[in-house]
Amino acid sequence: MTDAIAYARPKYIGKSIQRLEDSRLLTGRGRYAADFQVPRMAHLAFVRSDQAYARICQIETHDAKELPGVIGIFTASDFAHIPEITAPSKMLNYHPTFCPVLARDFVRYVGEPVVAILAEDRYVGEDAAALIEIEYDPRDVAVTAREASSPNAPKLHDSLGSNTIFSRQFAAGDCVKAISDAVHVVSGQFCMTRKTSVSIEPRAYMAEFEPQKDTLTLHSATNIPGIVRDEIGRLLGLSGNKFRVVTCDVGGSFGGKGSLYPEEIIVCDLALRLERSIKYVADRMEDILSSSQAFEEEVAATLAVDENGHFTALKADILGDIGAYSIYPWTAALEPVQVASFLPGPYRIPHYTATVRGICTPKPPTGPYRGVGRPMAVFALERLVDKAAFTLGLSPTELRRRNLVGTEEFPHRIGSGIIWNRSGFHECLNAAEEAVDLPSIQAEKTSRKDKWVGVGFASYAELTGIGSRIAVAPGMPMNTGAETATIRIDATGAVSAVFAMSSHGQSLETTLAQIVAEELGVLPEDVNVIQGDTSLTPHGTGTYASRSAVIGGGVAVKATRGLLVKVKRVAATLFGVSPSDIQTGDGNIFVPNTNFAINFAEIARLVYSDMSTLPQEARETLEFQATYDPIVGTTTSATHAAVVEIDPETLLIKLRRHFVAEDCGRLINPLVVNGQVHGGVAQGIGAALLEELKFDDAGQPITATLADYLVPTSAEVPDLEVAHIETELPDSPGGFRGMGEGGTIGAPAAIANAVTDALSQLGIEVNSLPITPSKLHALIAAATKQDRQE
Amino acid sequence: MSSKTHITLTINDEPYRADVEPRMLAADFLRDELALTGTHIGCEHGVCGACTILLNGVSVRSCLLLAIQLDDAEVQTVEGLGSTREMHRIQTAFREYHALQCGFCTPGFLMTVQDILNTLPLRNDKEIRDALSGNICRCTGYDHIVKAVRSLVTERDKIANQ
Ligand code: FES
Ligand code: FES
Repeated sequence: MTDAIAYARPKYIGKSIQRLEDSRLLTGRGRYAADFQVPRMAHLAFVRSDQAYARICQIETHDAKELPGVIGIFTASDFAHIPEITAPSKMLNYHPTFCPVLARDFVRYVGEPVVAILAEDRYVGEDAAALIEIEYDPRDVAVTAREASSPNAPKLHDSLGSNTIFSRQFAAGDCVKAISDAVHVVSGQFCMTRKTSVSIEPRAYMAEFEPQKDTLTLHSATNIPGIVRDEIGRLLGLSGNKFRVVTCDVGGSFGGKGSLYPEEIIVCDLALRLERSIKYVADRMEDILSSSQAFEEEVAATLAVDENGHFTALKADILGDIGAYSIYPWTAALEPVQVASFLPGPYRIPHYTATVRGICTPKPPTGPYRGVGRPMAVFALERLVDKAAFTLGLSPTELRRRNLVGTEEFPHRIGSGIIWNRSGFHECLNAAEEAVDLPSIQAEKTSRKDKWVGVGFASYAELTGIGSRIAVAPGMPMNTGAETATIRIDATGAVSAVFAMSSHGQSLETTLAQIVAEELGVLPEDVNVIQGDTSLTPHGTGTYASRSAVIGGGVAVKATRGLLVKVKRVAATLFGVSPSDIQTGDGNIFVPNTNFAINFAEIARLVYSDMSTLPQEARETLEFQATYDPIVGTTTSATHAAVVEIDPETLLIKLRRHFVAEDCGRLINPLVVNGQVHGGVAQGIGAALLEELKFDDAGQPITATLADYLVPTSAEVPDLEVAHIETELPDSPGGFRGMGEGGTIGAPAAIANAVTDALSQLGIEVNSLPITPSKLHALIAAATKQDRQE
Repeated sequence: MSSKTHITLTINDEPYRADVEPRMLAADFLRDELALTGTHIGCEHGVCGACTILLNGVSVRSCLLLAIQLDDAEVQTVEGLGSTREMHRIQTAFREYHALQCGFCTPGFLMTVQDILNTLPLRNDKEIRDALSGNICRCTGYDHIVKAVRSLVTERDKIANQ
């Protein structure tokens, strides 16, 4: 490998510095949205639909209104002045949905808010909720995408021609011919069931009304404060001088807090109308039922391979179950289209065609969830790759090696149009193969009778830090590709760095401080990173789609370099030398090998307060603002390896090892990167082995608590092993690639392949996730029955 | 609904008296009445562990208790463990090992760890993982939490064997 990063290890970037945000979070002094309390604050509770699809006939609120402590009861007609939430897109064949903030005329999923109750406290609000009666006229439902996509299925939105709210084709080359010419063809039908983010902090909003200035501050558990500010501002007719969104501490999102929700619009609207502060905190059941859900796709795919084991063509049909509404701002196309965009993976596949359809069903809307589309895409493709390896009698790693885009072949355009730039595709695969020690597992497989042992690999590439040339979601008319930052030294010499992003666990207060400190020559703990407040920056969207290290880190580098030029210019005037003679480090500004030295506090005093030392024109404001847009984005890659063992009696699937080799470029803070990989892998383990939102035939959710929707605990997650390949990234300010989602992208596929490997003697394949002991039991029963019949 | 019950208790070594509705949850009492918002609520049905506090030295879920059950009790919440300037060793171990990301589950974990360090041998990682399995963290994947606890166990056992 010739282009591994060959820089002298800088001082702060690349160091496992302890986090600057930790002391408040560890001592219970963090401030999450639910923690805010102000005088006269009122509390909001909701009555939500208990029907999947029904007409609202009547809402009886009389008794609830009479209850002492109830301030007001509101239904859709009370919010007639607020336009419906609708997500526009320039995508062809896309039909937006229109979602009123409270259900009007119809409810379209269990959990949809129908009545809002404002009360002195939440206990009274829930008492009132229990007194409200809603009469529904249930409609026929088509609960699965398959049912709902049939021509005579009941339509969920009368205004739409059918339940298919978008469709899109991808085509490169001549797939039909390539498949018919192929020596080997493998196919499969793959399914990823519905998941949800489950951040441990449920969604929470507090709209603080400040009568002194007639302004509104929304303290929101969101990861897109800028988008929320802009859109609520538009819906309610508020501009940024009257309305701001502040995130403070946010207890995780993983995508679930990354869309606009009716509840946050309602708290704002009522706070303004009633001129008092209002809080809403979802309980866990509300959070599971009404936060965006995820995945739920079926992918039928075929991979063609020539006699040398080279992939020649890939064909796929993707059916996405998008739920009841197309979510703002991402649209319902986000997840399923991303499956098609990334399906060809890190491989050379000359011919590609895919069709994608998104189908409305009477279930909660789907939205972004860590990995977006790619967990499904990688699962489907990597299962096909393993099937092909089996057919060809090659080892899974050898077949991958033959087809991964080679080091000299970048940039490489895949069939969906995405371009991969140099990233450690082969290096990651090699590292994973080496880590696993295949011969010893092979030996164990043959010798052990008490356990079925299997190993599985998954390689993938992802586009992170997406710039303005590509919309994060298909056709979304919004610039998510740029970030602006302001770095400033104040009169005391303190450095503050203002960003429009917002951390919800990503450690931005530390990693961005490391970058600024490194570039400016101060200590990380001297840099105050300010983020998540829309009033402090002209524009910004938030933290999502593995963008903050790339775009935020990039703008931090750019803005700090701009500031450093000013600092050097001032110091050069002071010392009577050239700016290029000046160096900085550890809080000092100096000319090497001379007595010329000054610290940041002193130079700040000379610039701002002392009027005699420096000439007036040299006293520049020590502040610099920059914008950075990576235009396209960065390629991140990884290979995961999973080792599982299955107990033949209980069919318990135990993940024994999980290894990740990943290339996210230059590491800012290895401890933080490892933490992100671990967390992502744990969610991937959940997707593979545990997590499934289930609905019955009437569309009733049957997994509405954390006792039914199982997320991994410490007992299900093994020690996680991570190796970093740091391939250089030319033409980028920091050399950083995004990596927040990768763990979730690779893990499900690797685990599915490992379980399939463990079951190879039974000829069973894992093509639907999660795979649980009871599903395994059913698969084994079906296989034995088939055996007996043959 | 409005008849209130008088309770007296000690929280983080300070005496408190309050009149509470009999139905008020202990977690809501701490957070909403006393502004001790370090105790977090993640599920309200005893599954996630975010609301864990120590009640007379034993870890309990404050979402499954009523405030009136705290009458006469000694309660410890995360606010009593250490301060931002002077953290408890469990807290510094969590920081050293990067055992928290968003921090929402963290107070509950810290309370649980305090309890299990006092009561369980925690001989190996499996025992540590089992002891922690009543607390859910969605961010960290647990690896760093287990490492932090392992270091605390090693320190504990070293001192005990001296
Ligand atoms: S809030 Fe008490 S266990 Fe989850
Ligand atoms: S640190 Fe976020 S849930 Fe544990």
